[in-house]
Amino acid sequence: MSINRKELEEIATLAQLHIPEQQVSQITDSLNQVMGMIEHINGAQTSGVEPMAHPHEGWQQWREDVVTDQSHKTALLKLAAHADEDHYLVPKVIE
Amino acid sequence: MINLSIRQMADMLTTKQISVQELNGVYHDRARQFNDRTNALISVYEELCAREVMQAQDLLGKAAHPLAGIPLIHKDLFCTRGQTTTCGSNMLEHFIPPYDATVVSRLSAAGMITHGKANMDEFAMGSSNEHSAYGPVANPWDLSRVPGGSSGGSAAAVAARMTPVATGTDTGGSIRQPAALCGITGIKPSYGRVSRYGMVAFASSLDQGGVLAPAADDCGLVLSAMSGHDPLDSTSARRPGWAWQKPESADLTGVKVGVIQDWVDGLQDEAIKQLTLQAIETLKAQGASLIDIHLPHADLAVSAYYVLAPAECSSNLSRFDGVRFGHQTAQAQNLEDLYRRSRSEGFGEEVKRRIMIGTWALSSGYYDAYYLKAQKIRRLISDDFRQAFDQCHVLACPVSPELAFKHGEKADGVSMYQADQFTIPASLAGLPCLSMPIGHAAGLPVGLQLIGRYYDEQSILAVADQYQQLTRHHLQVPEAFL
Repeated sequence: MSINRKELEEIATLAQLHIPEQQVSQITDSLNQVMGMIEHINGAQTSGVEPMAHPHEGWQQWREDVVTDQSHKTALLKLAAHADEDHYLVPKVIE
Repeated sequence: MINLSIRQMADMLTTKQISVQELNGVYHDRARQFNDRTNALISVYEELCAREVMQAQDLLGKAAHPLAGIPLIHKDLFCTRGQTTTCGSNMLEHFIPPYDATVVSRLSAAGMITHGKANMDEFAMGSSNEHSAYGPVANPWDLSRVPGGSSGGSAAAVAARMTPVATGTDTGGSIRQPAALCGITGIKPSYGRVSRYGMVAFASSLDQGGVLAPAADDCGLVLSAMSGHDPLDSTSARRPGWAWQKPESADLTGVKVGVIQDWVDGLQDEAIKQLTLQAIETLKAQGASLIDIHLPHADLAVSAYYVLAPAECSSNLSRFDGVRFGHQTAQAQNLEDLYRRSRSEGFGEEVKRRIMIGTWALSSGYYDAYYLKAQKIRRLISDDFRQAFDQCHVLACPVSPELAFKHGEKADGVSMYQADQFTIPASLAGLPCLSMPIGHAAGLPVGLQLIGRYYDEQSILAVADQYQQLTRHHLQVPEAFL
């Protein structure tokens, strides 16, 4: 498995990353190197094997459906680069 | 002073042979003095440290926790309320969490004194601590070499005795590998043993907080204090509390140690192989019986891991959008552009690479072929361990296939990824595992890995402690840091 420039651009779009033109070739090569290593798993016999998503699979901890947390609006908005008293501020979305 | 165990320090504090201020003054001065050389710490606390010293001194007169007054460094991905938490990234350069991680609050409640935050590979992605926005960390045993990663700052700080203990996190080897390369002990507990609340996420089904310190006994004491169910983390296990019990003797009679012989035989570095065999022979001489163990699917672990961990990373790191917290670009044309530029400017190259690998593995057309396939391999590896533990109590094997390498020596990612070939399998299975020092080759430390049954931290720590009752490798300090 290897990717080309077009596929790299698609992955970058999905990942919300910007790739400068001068880095396209280097990043493509670097990803292909990792994908070459990953390719190793294709030789494994896994038919009939249940996927394992998590060490704790098979049980999920439940809790009472009660409110335990309070609003932290002020503290959380303070972490943003741009915010007013009630909102995160971003560039204009609707022209 | 710098080679006292935590138990000895605690005893000196309670019997008033030393004050909390004096003890912490020694380590505070060492942290300041040696950080220029090691770059192990991203921040060193002054006011907070002084305040905690006063509180701990007051506590000592009452029914204090045995860890009260003991100095501590946190890896800089544990959220610390009111204190910068960078994760080694420009993305979080100015991030000041409004809350403490559970690990932080539990150790603070025990009266431990936080001296600062340790450098690390960005977002815990790396095996050399060269991928930090705050510069590479130097290995105290040879400043031209890496300390391992991603908890490289924590390991270097302990090795240079800038702190007697540090927290770390381990996703695929990030506590054990730097512990081995820096000549100290480091434990990754079972998945679920320690709360992940407030621990910035890399790969949620693998990440686990742990401890790095000179000795297994030190690790056991601190791990006991930070363990236990946390209602704020649904993946922290609802199990009875656990408290480390130090063995009274070094006798290992009745303990069955499984040796992963394929891994030992496959070591290319003859010096590491000989030290590993010697350490295993020492366990035998202490009374342990040795059993040859084979893990048939372990050679698939690195490849499977580099599907699963990046997949989880691409999902977890999607929260960094430049809007709610973290770096925001100054050049956005529109909202989409703001997301892409903020992320591209904030993340380093290795993090971006893993995000893209994970995005690819989860994308349409590749999910079944790679992500699901890797999860099936995870099952096979987990089953290998289950069968191994039908025959033995703990497993012994190498930690790292090589000694600490030179900065810049591994320019390509894939050769760096192979550095974790012996640590990743136990991570995929969620098992407790540790690295303990077993000697030096060419002046550089070598570690032995012990892997335990699920939730049996006691057994691996006990074997390590019993080995350390007869050896002094864990007490070695680099000459330049004496």
